[in-house]
Amino acid sequence: MYAFQYHRPGSLKEAAALLGKLGDGKALAGGQTLIATMKLRLAQPSDLVDLGAITELRGIKVEGDALMIGALTRHAEVAASAEVKKRIPALAVLAGGIGDRQVRAVGTLGGSVANNDPAADYPAGVLGLGATVITTQRKIVADDFFDGMYETALKPGELITAISFPLPKRAAYAKFPNPASRFAMIGVFVSQVANGSVRVAVTGAGGGVFRDAALEKALTANFTPEAVTSVKVSASGLSSDMHASAEYRAHLIGVMAKRAVVAALG
Amino acid sequence: MGANPTSAFPNGIGASSLRKEDQRFLTGAGNYTDDINFPGQSYAYFLRSPHAHAKIKSIKTQAASAAPGVVAIFTGADLAEAKVGGLPCGWLITDMSGQPMKEPPHPPLAQGKVHHVGDQVAVVIAESYLQAKDAAELIEVDYDVLASVTDVATATQPGQPAVHDMAPNNVCYVWGHGDKAAVDKAFSAAAHVTTLEIRNNRLIPNAIEPRAAVAQYSRSEDAYTLYVANQNPHVERLLMTAFVLGLPEHKVRVIAPDVGGGFGSKIFLYAEETVITWAAKRVNRTIKWTAERFESFMSDAHGRDHATKAELALDKDGHFLAMRVKTAANLGAYLSTFASSVPTILYATLLAGQYTTPAIYAEVTGVFTNTVPVDAYRGAGRPEATFVVERLVSKAAMELGIAQDEIRRRNFIKTFPYATPVGLTYDVGNYEATLAAATKIADVAGFPARREEAKRRGKLRGIGYSCYIEACGLAPSNIAGALGARAGLFEAGEIRVHPTGSVTVFTGSHSHGQGHETTFAQVVAERLGIPFENVDVVHGDTGRIPFGMGTYGSRSLAVGGSAIMKALDKIIAKGKKIAAHMLEAADSDIVFENGNFKVAGTDKQLAFGQVAFSAYVPHNYPLDKLEPGLNETAFYDPTNFTYPAGSHICEVEVDPETGVTKVVSYVASDDFGNIVNPMIVEGQVHGGLVQGIGQALLEQAVYDPESGQLLSGSYTDYAMPRADDVPNFKVDTQVTPCTHNPLGVKGCGEAGAIGSPPAVISAVIDALKDLGVRDMAMPATPYRVWQTIQNARA
Repeated sequence: MYAFQYHRPGSLKEAAALLGKLGDGKALAGGQTLIATMKLRLAQPSDLVDLGAITELRGIKVEGDALMIGALTRHAEVAASAEVKKRIPALAVLAGGIGDRQVRAVGTLGGSVANNDPAADYPAGVLGLGATVITTQRKIVADDFFDGMYETALKPGELITAISFPLPKRAAYAKFPNPASRFAMIGVFVSQVANGSVRVAVTGAGGGVFRDAALEKALTANFTPEAVTSVKVSASGLSSDMHASAEYRAHLIGVMAKRAVVAALG
Repeated sequence: MGANPTSAFPNGIGASSLRKEDQRFLTGAGNYTDDINFPGQSYAYFLRSPHAHAKIKSIKTQAASAAPGVVAIFTGADLAEAKVGGLPCGWLITDMSGQPMKEPPHPPLAQGKVHHVGDQVAVVIAESYLQAKDAAELIEVDYDVLASVTDVATATQPGQPAVHDMAPNNVCYVWGHGDKAAVDKAFSAAAHVTTLEIRNNRLIPNAIEPRAAVAQYSRSEDAYTLYVANQNPHVERLLMTAFVLGLPEHKVRVIAPDVGGGFGSKIFLYAEETVITWAAKRVNRTIKWTAERFESFMSDAHGRDHATKAELALDKDGHFLAMRVKTAANLGAYLSTFASSVPTILYATLLAGQYTTPAIYAEVTGVFTNTVPVDAYRGAGRPEATFVVERLVSKAAMELGIAQDEIRRRNFIKTFPYATPVGLTYDVGNYEATLAAATKIADVAGFPARREEAKRRGKLRGIGYSCYIEACGLAPSNIAGALGARAGLFEAGEIRVHPTGSVTVFTGSHSHGQGHETTFAQVVAERLGIPFENVDVVHGDTGRIPFGMGTYGSRSLAVGGSAIMKALDKIIAKGKKIAAHMLEAADSDIVFENGNFKVAGTDKQLAFGQVAFSAYVPHNYPLDKLEPGLNETAFYDPTNFTYPAGSHICEVEVDPETGVTKVVSYVASDDFGNIVNPMIVEGQVHGGLVQGIGQALLEQAVYDPESGQLLSGSYTDYAMPRADDVPNFKVDTQVTPCTHNPLGVKGCGEAGAIGSPPAVISAVIDALKDLGVRDMAMPATPYRVWQTIQNARA
């Protein structure tokens, strides 16, 4: 790790101001990716702005037909939340399956979504539920937020404050972990809203989270495991590495989507 | 834990005594090398090669030398100028043509060329570790990158780049073992031949404690002290002083304090501790180095990495007639300390397994590649041999339609001693006993029903067998010497009885997780009839212990424990003489029972402590014929290897949709001879099984074939087994005591890692046999299993 300056502002305003004026500063949310990257000397921020003291960024509440979760809410808090378990149990399951106990105790929703790791779980939940990302500057719908590997619509100095998840009729997340890292080698989030329309978001498969239009169409027409089986998932554009070929990943998208549908149907 | 009903002592032989060492380990009081600090110490950081194979055109250190806190920077040129030698290989293998193996120089810091990613190029010594690391980034190395070769199966083909000029085809040796003519003849007459192509996957050891060292030089004594995470401090000292640094051995003290796991990877003499020991005098500073995990991946000796073609000839009834094995073994970029012996002496001699195969021939090519050196890793040659034998046997049974247990029974060795065609003589064993026990515990009879039940859940269930043997307790020194060993292989033990009757044991064995402080204390407590609490075990310090060979190859109790037993015999013999004098009886009338010296047939007796006191306060003592004191040392050189063996039965369930394999049942029935502490033995078996299951299903070191980069260079890509990857093991022991050592023990440290990979893989194949699958490479990752299913269906 290289030397850096550490800041711990007490308010969102102060944090945004700091990040605006620091040339090479980074916001520290949970640090479960950033700190590890810095320890490997793969990142060298001049300053870290720790958001941990900003209490307004934490918490879970119901607002109308949506769950509003603060950006600094820990994975473990989401996983254990009675409100989340009641309104969107799939999101609690997703949060409870991130990393390990230590990661879940420190890692945050906003940190994960802002980082947009191509194998992270939360981006699948955000995109799969059609959530809205609320920042210090605006509201961004999930479809406009994720922009490929580690890239998002966030501008320099713009911070996520909360994410609003619309309550689905039913939803589920099925994850196939990488045997080594246990990140998602494939994770599929499926949700259906009251009017019957379906969203299917896939993580781990390629350069970043994406929706699968063919699966969505088939499942909107017929929300059953058989509908998934009828779709041949294309391997085009998917990652190939020592753990899985693009073809295997495409196959796993189908299997995980089917299992998510079965789970959603309960 | 319960006492052993057969022992008169609560913590004697056979008791599952809780481990003495766990008090400090579990309360954070362990003292590992990185815990050791001295005032004014400096820190080393090693600059490593980013290339698999490259010429070093120049190294510029001026800017780095001027960086804050830098004490000194050394490169290979500095070591050459100081006449520092290369790291030696401790076992000479002689080629089939009678030529010695090729031994390319192994400089502690690269000279002229780098040969693998992670090769040491320079060392920076600075006031802090971060300053050393920062300065290393300022060293400018101009490399001329060369083509590299990493794959053992193809490295010897024409046109491949040569790792070393002295070995143009990357061949270190071609070594043959066994009667080739007899084997060829048997094959030509065989009713059936089973053939297998095997890749024994390359593994990275991953001890939880990374390698570390602290080197000190004392100007007042002109002497060195080296603290190092190592399994055999005397061997480390001998190799470093006599072969590399040219230092007088008595001027160097090597201390291996608490060591957090070794699995073989800490046997070897490595560049880093050698360089900082040399540099400690040059800079007149204490120097500390602790590997970061990424360095462990690219600098700890790796394990396995064989490409093998194996054939088994059988008659029509499934009797084994002959075995023919051809193996290419990856040795990596340099010959590590025992690298040459692992795929030869420790491999081909085990190819008889538990069977009466009358003729066996093995040909092994040792291959240089641009990879981290490969050396002994838990099992060292024997897991590779067991995988060849047991996979051949399982496949032959499948092809001939003979039950897996039946084909093994038909070929078991049943009379002992038994001389194998590959050079070993098994003293004792009972293979039927472990197979019968494992079969019963595994409820093999209930397997078909379990398979059906799994099928209803969409899972494919399979069962796999492995009847392994290993040769442990390395070794009769003279036999090892005749086979090329450049070291003795005895062990030493000293029993120091204190005046009040408590005892300190000094052993040449080294504990890095095995629990010797407990096990050895149980042996001494039982033999002397004194409380377990009154016995302490000292190990790992050349300044305190007699010259011994350390711990590897499951040898500690069989060889080190035997040395302790011999020293105890001397203590008791002397105690009898002292007691005879005190009790006014003849020496021959004294018996030693339950901690008391007695005049046979009378009630006259002295407790052990009374005799010990008299030895140090010799007022009533036969000073005219006996020296005072009660302190004895013994050296024990084994007359044979020991032969632990056992039967393992594994059941797996494969999810055919995803390719995920889950080990759902694992039974191990092992024969380790007599057992001193059953709880510790069970723990050793569990650990070995997890490593073996890791090899079978998860772990693989992967190099990029183009660049020679280590792709599985962190836990992100190298899959270590976790607790939820394994089931609750069912373990059992059967006992045939070893016939040639005083404790009747055989060793248990490696058995789990040796026996399990073929049991797991055969179970996976059995699960998929109805799909037409007949073979499965390791590791059977979900991806590989899915691919195999796809190919079988295609």
